[in-house]
Amino acid sequence: MIELKNVHKAFGPNRVLRGVNLTIPSATSLVIIGGSGTGKSVALKCVLGLIRPDSGTITLDGQDVTRGDRDAFLARFGMLFQGGALFDSLPVWQNVAFRLLRGSLKRPLPEAREIAIEKLRRVGLKPDVADKFPAELSGGMQKRVGLARAIAAEPEIIFFDEPTTGLDPIMAGVINDLIREIVTEMGATAMTITHDMTSVRAIADNVAMLHDGVIKWTGPVSEMDNSGDPYLDQFIHGRAEGPIEAVR
Amino acid sequence: MNFILGFLASIGRTVLNGLASMGRIALFASDTLSHLARPPFYWREFLHALVQIGWLSLPVVGMTALFTGGALALQIYAGGARFNAETVVPSIVAIGLTRELGPVLGGLMVAARVASSIAAEIGTMKVTEQIDALTTLSTNPMKYLTLPRVLAATLAVPVLVGVGDVIGIMGGFLVGVGRLDFSAATYLHNTMDFLETWDVVSGLIKGAAFGFIVALMGCYYGMNSGRGAQGVGRATKSAVVAASVLILASNYILTEVFFSS
Repeated sequence: MIELKNVHKAFGPNRVLRGVNLTIPSATSLVIIGGSGTGKSVALKCVLGLIRPDSGTITLDGQDVTRGDRDAFLARFGMLFQGGALFDSLPVWQNVAFRLLRGSLKRPLPEAREIAIEKLRRVGLKPDVADKFPAELSGGMQKRVGLARAIAAEPEIIFFDEPTTGLDPIMAGVINDLIREIVTEMGATAMTITHDMTSVRAIADNVAMLHDGVIKWTGPVSEMDNSGDPYLDQFIHGRAEGPIEAVR
Repeated sequence: MNFILGFLASIGRTVLNGLASMGRIALFASDTLSHLARPPFYWREFLHALVQIGWLSLPVVGMTALFTGGALALQIYAGGARFNAETVVPSIVAIGLTRELGPVLGGLMVAARVASSIAAEIGTMKVTEQIDALTTLSTNPMKYLTLPRVLAATLAVPVLVGVGDVIGIMGGFLVGVGRLDFSAATYLHNTMDFLETWDVVSGLIKGAAFGFIVALMGCYYGMNSGRGAQGVGRATKSAVVAASVLILASNYILTEVFFSS
């Protein structure tokens, strides 16, 4: 279980997180929604330790994430970045097997390649993609390679940062279905941040709405449409009028 | 009065910012070097950097040395003719190249080629979240990106300087024999007679220092790159400028240390 308690983070005068409280039970999929610049990515990066919060605590199974063995902590995570964040200088299979080629999870080269090809197949890519470089792939294929890399070491927790941004609706649907299938199949805990309401309905068990640096609403996805929360209502229906100012 | 105070304040701000930058660079350097003693060491990245920085810089460093050696021979001949000292051409070309021009010009050419490419590569990796991705994949970016490049440059640039010295002396030899009517045997004899081991070794030590500076600046500005194309462009420019200025400043300090007595 991941738990954020009263997490604050500011960049200079800009207070991005103003006391975030959030719980993600194990083996569930939480989607965080909210407008641009409301701190969704910052919250996610705080959990991963890429950004250090100014105050508050973040725990994973009761252990403070800022303490203890960092490598062991990160070995439990997989992450799909918004732009894929594939390493340009490495062929696709080495991107997917990156974690399996070095460090504590190191495997022999042929085995790592085999796992990479199997993971590529899992996300719907043919084995001939393995030896290509990321620059030779379309945006949708890069996203899928990123997804294959996120699941390559079979992590317990997977984070997805805007998984469908920049994709056409059909490819977005493919990615959403893959994420749902993989999370269910692996029994992983998932945390996704997105603006895309189709993704929310496809991926989420629970939803949290982040606005003004705090969680305005959280609950099961089935209750999202009847929440009665004016912020959530405005956001999910994409209305210009409401408590959330269009110009922020 | 206000104008003078404002002027003094701006000088103070500039000095403080400069000192803060030096402090950050010193911390970055010590962080980089601290990984030398902590495994793992990424050999593949190191060998790749060695080829990129050393082998692929050889043509540009070689050409620079060849033309500099030739021009130096012409200049010394023309200057020496004023007091009938044309015969010093071979020895001054050799000493000038090995002690000063070889390492400094070689260092500056490597700064232009390598500091810019390292800063642009790492800056782009930062902007596209590849550095964050490395961290989430349990790989320390300082260990994986910075240390191999800094170590490769520190080892490769002295070799480039050594090769540049030989090519530069050959440039002087070709001009001396072809244009200035030296006999080949006399030119080589004068070169070898007056050249001491320390002339060459001091230049190689300078080369190692300049290689360290070049890669460190490339990595530092790349890792601290701003967002977008403009941020990467600014990081690239800053890396080349800082590396060039530091090469020239450290060259003076090293010359003072090596030869002032």
